[in-house]
Amino acid sequence: MRVLIRRIAFYIVTAVAAITVDFFIPRVMPGNPVSAVLARLQGQVTPSTISALEQQYGLKTKEGLWGQYVHYLQNLVHGNLGISTSNYPAEVTTVIRSALPWTLGLVGMATVVSFVLGTLIGIGVAWRRGTWLDNVLPATTFFQAAPYFFIAFLALDLFATRLGWFPTGRAYGQLDFPAFSATYVGDVLSHAVLPALTIVVCSAAGWIVSMRNVMVTTMDEDYVLVAQAKGLPKGRVVWYAARNAILPSVSGFSLALGFVVSGALLTEIVFSYPGLGWILLQAVGERDYPLLQGIFLIITFAVLAANLAADFVYVLLDPRTRQEA
Amino acid sequence: MSTGTGLPGAGLPGTGLPDAGLPGVGLPVTGVPGADPAGTGPGQPAGAAPALPLPGRARRFQVPRSPKIIIGLVMLAGFLILAIVGPLVAPYNPSASASTTNGVPQPPSAAHWLGTTQLQQDVFSQMLTGGRSTILVAFAAGLVATMLSVVMGVTAGYRGGLTDDTFSMLANFFLVLPALPLLIVVFGFLPPSSGSNDLLIGLIISVTGWAFGARVLRAQTLSLRNRDYVESARIVGERGWRVVVFEILPNLTPVVAASFLFTVLYGVGTYTALAFLGLVNPEHWSWGSILFYAQSNEAEISGYWWWYMPPGFAVAFLGTALALLNFGIDEFINPRLRAAGLSRRRTGKAGRGKLPRRFVLGVTPVIRAGEGGRP
Repeated sequence: MRVLIRRIAFYIVTAVAAITVDFFIPRVMPGNPVSAVLARLQGQVTPSTISALEQQYGLKTKEGLWGQYVHYLQNLVHGNLGISTSNYPAEVTTVIRSALPWTLGLVGMATVVSFVLGTLIGIGVAWRRGTWLDNVLPATTFFQAAPYFFIAFLALDLFATRLGWFPTGRAYGQLDFPAFSATYVGDVLSHAVLPALTIVVCSAAGWIVSMRNVMVTTMDEDYVLVAQAKGLPKGRVVWYAARNAILPSVSGFSLALGFVVSGALLTEIVFSYPGLGWILLQAVGERDYPLLQGIFLIITFAVLAANLAADFVYVLLDPRTRQEA
Repeated sequence: MSTGTGLPGAGLPGTGLPDAGLPGVGLPVTGVPGADPAGTGPGQPAGAAPALPLPGRARRFQVPRSPKIIIGLVMLAGFLILAIVGPLVAPYNPSASASTTNGVPQPPSAAHWLGTTQLQQDVFSQMLTGGRSTILVAFAAGLVATMLSVVMGVTAGYRGGLTDDTFSMLANFFLVLPALPLLIVVFGFLPPSSGSNDLLIGLIISVTGWAFGARVLRAQTLSLRNRDYVESARIVGERGWRVVVFEILPNLTPVVAASFLFTVLYGVGTYTALAFLGLVNPEHWSWGSILFYAQSNEAEISGYWWWYMPPGFAVAFLGTALALLNFGIDEFINPRLRAAGLSRRRTGKAGRGKLPRRFVLGVTPVIRAGEGGRP
């Protein structure tokens, strides 16, 4: 348990550090970009909104940096991330709340599928090392190196535009008003197939390589040799080796997740999928700073939470971590 | 090249490359400290004729001749040439419109090899011009990030104690922080004029890209720190920086190279993503900015494949070249990862998939003697 407590402490410190970074970025940037945006907003939004934004970014205020920081933390604890200037008068939290489920569903589903699929393929490739299956590896190199959104371009062009198998974007048919029914669910799923497929194809490559590399090493262990020598069925031997080889994949999950989430955000943009990536693009285009920073915080928290979950799984899987030193 | 015949430089501190696996994948540290796997690797193609072993100093820079490394190097060289001469040989000004009346992107033709955008700009010229910025940013990011990771990782591993705790904490923080969203926020606040400065962009990207290398280097340094030859250097009274620079760093060369390639790869992807989002001044041509225009004009659902495919494939192949090199180095560091070589031939003879083959460093070249030829 000590391990987990230490990890939780680390994630709390990391979250606080991320919050602090989020606070400082607009304040250390040259050229005062916030005032420029506020000047442009003049007349479009109410004066009280302008002054609220000025306070949020520490403009025209006599408060010191520390006071601003305390204010910022207070707002954060109350779930107040400010007003989204591009979706005026909606609050940042409202905008994010409407987009978050789409991203969570898409990324969550795709990550689980790609982890399972990539691990299984990695096991197979390692077990049959030296056969034609080794050719899988150079192919994975391409998918690891290609940007997610480029694969998304290809998938969209081929399967949606040319073949017409799937819709060309968005998360549900435009005319169907979200009502929970079998048609609606089917519609949502058919819209999710291509983005999910893109994420799976790109991220599974990494799992294949890492699983294969560890598996190859594990298969050289004596206990695998013994298992074979005493005539255990092949499946059982693979299972014993794989159980041990999967540990680095699980502990490497946190490293990979950041990449997957970033890639998924860009994939959403290509598919006009109404998740966080899509509103992120709008926030960038409109220079909607409160929304931009809010999205950063939410993504960071989500990634940290997923990391914590991966750590829990690791402790469950590896008895050595449960032994108190 | 003395592959397969050279005697391992065992026992000569500082002349060999590390034989340990990447700690990130939990490989056991085996073999003699300072042993030179360049002379022992089982999967390396044996040279046509066994050459004489080179003097120890020259051998350190030997590049193993695996097909992955050769293909990777050739591709990378092609991209580097493109970066240098590309903007000079571009047939058109990438921003100039060939016609102001036609608003439909034209498919490839003799005049425009890769077709045109909807503003009738030449995509081929944009590709040639944009390569330089893409590659420059990536290499700048890779260089700075590698320097950071060497300084942080090796210092943390060598000094230990509070320094180690602090640096490791910092590295872990950057590792779990989702880098792209952070960069998007930073670039969102950056004044537009900074969006065309390649070196500045590379510098900012490198801040988010050094942590992984630092972690690997730290672990590797930890395993080297207490080896006998480092101990003896310390006992002889060498200063700390001298031990690090002359005893430890040479043994980290492949790991440093791998982490450099990894960060360049990361830099390519990240810069392209940022430009694709329009966060870098789109007038500053890069492969990402071509994709930005293609996406904003819906090239992918209108069938304008000549617009988005060239930059996408260019980025993907540049990344593939770097990843292939990285794979090659990985296999060089950890010979067990090699797919080709021993196991294929052996299993072919002795029946497929019977027993996992056990590689023993230093013994395998004897087994392979006489087999010759390339796998």
